[in-house]
Amino acid sequence: MKIELRNPTRTIEVDGAMSVTKLLNRLELNSASVLVICDGTLVPTDAFLPADAVVEIRNVISGGAT
Amino acid sequence: MKCRVCRGPAVIDLKRHNANFCGDHFVRFCQQQVEKAIGEFAMFEKTDKLLVAVSGGKDSLAVWHILHGLGYSVDGLYIGLGITDYSDVSGNYAKAFAAEHGLHLTVVDIVEEYGYDVPNGSRAAKRAPCSACGMSKRHIFDRVALEGDYDVLITGHNLDDEAAVLFGNVLHWQTDYLARQHPVLPARNGLPRKVKPLVRLDEREMAAYCVILGIDYMLDECPMSAGNKHLRYKDALNTIEAASPGSKQAFFHKFLGQASHFFADAAEELREELRPCENCGAPTPNDVCAFCRLVDRAGGNAVPVQLTQAPSRTS
Repeated sequence: MKIELRNPTRTIEVDGAMSVTKLLNRLELNSASVLVICDGTLVPTDAFLPADAVVEIRNVISGGAT
Repeated sequence: MKCRVCRGPAVIDLKRHNANFCGDHFVRFCQQQVEKAIGEFAMFEKTDKLLVAVSGGKDSLAVWHILHGLGYSVDGLYIGLGITDYSDVSGNYAKAFAAEHGLHLTVVDIVEEYGYDVPNGSRAAKRAPCSACGMSKRHIFDRVALEGDYDVLITGHNLDDEAAVLFGNVLHWQTDYLARQHPVLPARNGLPRKVKPLVRLDEREMAAYCVILGIDYMLDECPMSAGNKHLRYKDALNTIEAASPGSKQAFFHKFLGQASHFFADAAEELREELRPCENCGAPTPNDVCAFCRLVDRAGGNAVPVQLTQAPSRTS
């Protein structure tokens, strides 16, 4: 599947279908810090991502608290 | 996963609430959390005139959307900070949101109005960029709120923001800062009442709110915030949160309920006498306010504050 990441913006390929939890573990990402959007739809952490999916992993942490 | 309310397919799971929601019921959940915060902390009434500080990011656009949806009269304020293209793009998100929803947005550009920008102001004042930015924004928030006779200034600080600030204050035992960390800062001495209605919602929830409702927001991080200590604190807290869901909420809200009163003495000591800045007229404990000193060092010009009657509500 194609994985789109931000900050910095980049695209990577991951082979095979898998759950959101497994994908985040493989990429060493914290599920509390990201949203996963599969083919344009927000999905929960137990969702199954098909091998041909286009997945956006959106970081949700912003800085500059004042 | 199924929605806790309707048993339809869930789009988000909230481990700290042990709950999953479909899109519609998650949006309602967010509205309820904001309503609960407004009531719990007596933030404002339906009759109050509200001003929300809007950055173009997810939190400020979400809180504006929620409050408007709940029937509050709320205008927006966007401050262009002169941070390269980032400020132009973030401003476009704020303006597009206001136009789409028929809401009033005041725009203040510090380069045009004050003759400096945050990168130059930061260097000239020898302050960290986030410090110079925060001080500039607070001054302009106060000015626009008072000039516009708004009862309350609203910011989009969420649970993660507040937990990270608390974490930093506890790490360094900054009792003066701990004393004034609260979702409501009362109006005083010409400064408007300031409130944070998102303290019961975290960043992931605010981003999800925007995604579900199709609210476009600035995704890129501010280029000046790289290495910001609050980002490191948030990262540390999210590591704890992943292992122990609910930790951030317990940390912050139990501080408010069970520990903040221990710092009340420090809060009293902080109540300095304020007087008008000799240069701009803004309330300050010094002859010249910190904002005017920053603008002066950066080669700009401070604009006099047009004080109207200060909001009378003080608690």
